[in-house]
Amino acid sequence: MKNPYLPLPMRLVKHFVETEDNLIHTFTLEFLKEEDEKSFRYLPGQFAEVCVFGVGEAPFGIASSPTEPGHLKFSVARVGVVTTALHQLPEGTILGVRGPLGNSYPIEEFKGKNVVIIGGGFAFTTLRSLVTYILHPQNRGDFGKVTVIYGARNPGLLLYKEELAAWEKRTDIELVTTIDRPVEGWSGRVGFVPAVTKEVAPSAENAYAVVCGPPIMIKFTLPVLEELGFPPERIIMSLENRMKCGIGMCGRCNVGNKYVCKDGPVFTRAQLNQLPNEY
Amino acid sequence: MLLLKKEQLLAWLNKLTQAYQVFAPVNEEGCVSFKQIEAGDQCTLDYTNSKVPPKEVLFPRSEYLFCYRCEKEHVELKEQIDEHKKVIFGLRPCDARSFLLLDNVFRNERFQDPYYLTRRKNTVLVGLGCNQPPATCFCTSLGSGPFATEGLDLLLVDIGDRYVLEVLTERGQELLSGMELPAADQEAREAAQKVKEGAAVSSRVTLEGLKSKLDVSFDHPLWDLIHEKCLGCAACTYTCPTCHCFDIVDEAQGNEGCRVRSWDACMFPLFTLHGSGHNPRPTNKERFRQRVMHKFKYFVDNFNATACVGCGRCILNCPVNLDIREVIAEIQGTEVRSNKQ
Repeated sequence: MKNPYLPLPMRLVKHFVETEDNLIHTFTLEFLKEEDEKSFRYLPGQFAEVCVFGVGEAPFGIASSPTEPGHLKFSVARVGVVTTALHQLPEGTILGVRGPLGNSYPIEEFKGKNVVIIGGGFAFTTLRSLVTYILHPQNRGDFGKVTVIYGARNPGLLLYKEELAAWEKRTDIELVTTIDRPVEGWSGRVGFVPAVTKEVAPSAENAYAVVCGPPIMIKFTLPVLEELGFPPERIIMSLENRMKCGIGMCGRCNVGNKYVCKDGPVFTRAQLNQLPNEY
Repeated sequence: MLLLKKEQLLAWLNKLTQAYQVFAPVNEEGCVSFKQIEAGDQCTLDYTNSKVPPKEVLFPRSEYLFCYRCEKEHVELKEQIDEHKKVIFGLRPCDARSFLLLDNVFRNERFQDPYYLTRRKNTVLVGLGCNQPPATCFCTSLGSGPFATEGLDLLLVDIGDRYVLEVLTERGQELLSGMELPAADQEAREAAQKVKEGAAVSSRVTLEGLKSKLDVSFDHPLWDLIHEKCLGCAACTYTCPTCHCFDIVDEAQGNEGCRVRSWDACMFPLFTLHGSGHNPRPTNKERFRQRVMHKFKYFVDNFNATACVGCGRCILNCPVNLDIREVIAEIQGTEVRSNKQ
């Protein structure tokens, strides 16, 4: 019987301060054992439990893409005990990782379709995984037009700035970045994500929308998508709830009869419409 | 059906403790719970039901998942799977049923919990029928009963100076090897039948229609009032044989430590509190609703069974006399309109 509670040992090879407010750090981890790397097969949208031995474990969306073999990447906000401990770790530390857990973005359904990816703040982690996956030369041909709308309060709070700059230069992805208030030297848009989505007006025809961000952004972006003609079945969202086991047993992350850890974290808006509003 | 004289019981239990870890009801200053016994005389079979259900034998209040030692270049993990052969002796039929329900939780379509499942596989269940079910029992409404055999390997029926022993599985039969018990005679069988007929479970709940009412009552105003008496102490969850929520924490000193899982409860505000400060179940209302919904709707949705065995412990142990039977009756009496049409 495979023990789903045992973490795989990984080494922290890069500890990077992602945002200028120092709240988000990105951790790049390498597997200590080759067989673990082989068995850890995941897709964008999945998460893992990362543990600091002696402190505890917490769930994080996987920010790397399976098209980037050899390592896993997590971007973590400092909010609690485990994340504070993570933020203090020197490179070289051995960590534990359990996963991959949860379902993924419905990549197979996206094939042959246009994909509109909308993110806000530091919820861009699994969206980075998704964009990186789609843009990989072996995969890019499987998908139609890719539009990314990504907003943060100010330029310093955007994640993955180098990659955003690289995407900007490409012609096979439309990247729209936005910040809340004007800042000198900013060449992107200014305005909240819902308003910018309305301006950009991505077509709903033959398209899926993936939305990840703070609740307030989601709340105002959904009506915009509806107006643009995206049916609830083609609006994809990712939920977060407090978790412990990550495997549908410990009882705390449920929304109605669904467990975010096991049945999610990715749900369509149509699925969420069937569940109580308790998340 | 076999016959066991009461004076043989001690010898049998003593024998079982040689080959198995035997967990039996033990009375400690009036509080009965299932403890591991070294000898038969530590056990009491003169009890109504244990304060804490025997689920703790398979799913302990607190247990090590694994221990670790961190070195600079690697970490050593040591799994803590308990593979001892066990007997739970003298448990009530309702509690035996609870294991069948818990089996659903600890084995889902993707993951298996090796801690619970290994113990479960290695544990033989010897039931004790309830001659006089107390007034808080409503097991017959939940598919169980004072002499129900579901989930058990053996069932003891107390007929005064003897037990009629119903052998239900091969594993149960194995516990009797070398015992050479006589078959129950006509008189003993009749006595057992009489005991069963006399064991009346007077209290009932109506499950019919409950699920379909709960299906459409998440936003119903009934939840605003029904929880008001509840203190959120979670005595109901800790004494419930089907509650299975748990927490996982690290206990460590220096570079060594263990990962521990302990019972937790949906009645606690911290249970669902996000790191951000957001709480999807912020008040007692949402938490109380969760507990009722989980047992009588979500579990039914997922496993086609109600997560309650009618043992009545939550009624007996509630400090403010909140009675789940009344809660069910109230929901049943409520007019519900669908809020999602």
